[in-house]
Amino acid sequence: MTKILAPITVVFALVIIWYVGAYFLNAPQATALMDPDGPQNFWAVLQACWTMDRPELPTPDQIFSNLYDSICNNPLDSPRNFLLQTAYTAQAAITGLLIGAILGIALAAGIVHSRVLDRSLMPWVIASQTIPILAIAPMVVVALGNIGFTGLLPKAAIVGYLSFFPITVGMVKGFRSADTLQLDLMRTYNASGAQIFFKLRWPIAVSFLFPSLKVAVALAVTGAIVAEIPTGAQVGLGARLLAGSYYGQTEMMWGALVLASALALTMIGFVRLGEASVRQLRGGRL
Amino acid sequence: MILALLAILAGFAARLMLGTSAMAATSLAVCTVVILNLALMRLAAQETRIAKIMAPTLFGLGLLWSWEMITVGLHVPFILLPPPSAIGLAIFNHLLILGQDFDQTVLHAVLAGYAIGCGTGFLTALAIDRSKFLQAGLTPLANAFSAMPIIGIAPIAIEWFGFGWPSKAAVVVLMTFFPMLVNTQAGLQQSGAMERDLMRSYGASYWLTLLKLRLPAAMPMIFNALKLNSTLALIGAVVAEFFGTPTVGMGFRISTESARMNLDIVWATITVAALAGGLSFALIAWGERVVTFWHPSFHKRIN
Repeated sequence: MTKILAPITVVFALVIIWYVGAYFLNAPQATALMDPDGPQNFWAVLQACWTMDRPELPTPDQIFSNLYDSICNNPLDSPRNFLLQTAYTAQAAITGLLIGAILGIALAAGIVHSRVLDRSLMPWVIASQTIPILAIAPMVVVALGNIGFTGLLPKAAIVGYLSFFPITVGMVKGFRSADTLQLDLMRTYNASGAQIFFKLRWPIAVSFLFPSLKVAVALAVTGAIVAEIPTGAQVGLGARLLAGSYYGQTEMMWGALVLASALALTMIGFVRLGEASVRQLRGGRL
Repeated sequence: MILALLAILAGFAARLMLGTSAMAATSLAVCTVVILNLALMRLAAQETRIAKIMAPTLFGLGLLWSWEMITVGLHVPFILLPPPSAIGLAIFNHLLILGQDFDQTVLHAVLAGYAIGCGTGFLTALAIDRSKFLQAGLTPLANAFSAMPIIGIAPIAIEWFGFGWPSKAAVVVLMTFFPMLVNTQAGLQQSGAMERDLMRSYGASYWLTLLKLRLPAAMPMIFNALKLNSTLALIGAVVAEFFGTPTVGMGFRISTESARMNLDIVWATITVAALAGGLSFALIAWGERVVTFWHPSFHKRIN
């Protein structure tokens, strides 16, 4: 019971704090904008704070009504429609994630099978995680744009680059998790390298793939949003965020943020679903 | 070892030849690659300590060298990828600007945000330690937050805290808070039931048990969060500057200079960021080694 009740209580408390915060942040502006002939009591100020245009902090109901308005009162192909922008970002994030996953698994397989690669490449893969890779996003976009690649590809490239590190590290660990006894057994069967890989190492490594994918999803959505900024804010949730900040449209910024979070959580949900179905196929074990 | 030296020499000669004779440069380059691979294979087969450091170093040098050879030799456009020599020169020429950016981004935004974010995350975990209800309520929320693109809060932070470094620090606080909270909370559960029973039989109070048993046991996980957060903090501050900043800062430098096609300065800034990230990571790893020397992962491997 606590498991359901506790998060609900905490979320409820956060919402209350949000409304109180909206009052304190918006009050100076709201009182300045109020009709001088109207009532000036506390309730009038409170109402003005919670309903004003371009507030410092919009209330949750303002954010959601703005989102609803954008999604339902615009045609699907209109740039004003938030769903279209989310689709652009999702496209970049998912394409990049696929590139990153394939590259990461291939690299991990190489590292596990080649001692030279293991010794010389692995330290760099680990060291690369201490580097703020996301910072090069604008440069990659500009550089790729210069040789004629625009639109989806630069974004997917950045996302792929970001998401392949956690997958490589996780999969190297996964491929190495095969038991010595099991490896010896495979050898007594005279199994080839490929057979050992597909019949023993891969099935074990799959249980490491899903946690790595969850980390990679969070990075992928962030990467897709950041990659949308330097293109001059054309399409995507990142572009909406930037446009919102240029024109002081706070509801637009918060709306983009809500949808970006929803996108990340949905993608994580799909990874969980994949994990659960693989577990089901294997009879409850992973 | 001799092979490694030979590879470096041949590579250097090949680079020098690039300006004069393409044929000589190409043949020397082929030689270098062959010797380099031989050296790497030899190093990988050895178990000594030097070999374990030499192999990645040589590989990194080889990577830098082939980057230089390819960009200069094949006349890759400067805008696409400047050669490492040009980046080195840019670092040397713009040392003052790079220093100012470093001061603004790392010494102000990152350090302040990191300290506040990690500190409040740690203290919150301690504060809710006694309440099972709050723990059950906050953990799923913190997990959800770690999946969200928190960086998107940057334009909102800029609206609230202005263009200067405090708005970037605010983003960093939010990015580092939840990993610290989750890890500290998990770390506090790490001590064994036997050990806690022992403390109780000593008549130790809650605070004494926390100080002498549970906090030390939590240290590996806390350091885990500190390491994770050091990278997150740098990313947060740099990316937050893409959304708006005074005309100084590493994120500002990267976004403006890449728009102005001065890719060498961009790469110079990235080098500084990489060095800052790597050094802070090494510093925390050193601290971890000192504090959690008892942890199995630091034991010398037996066999």
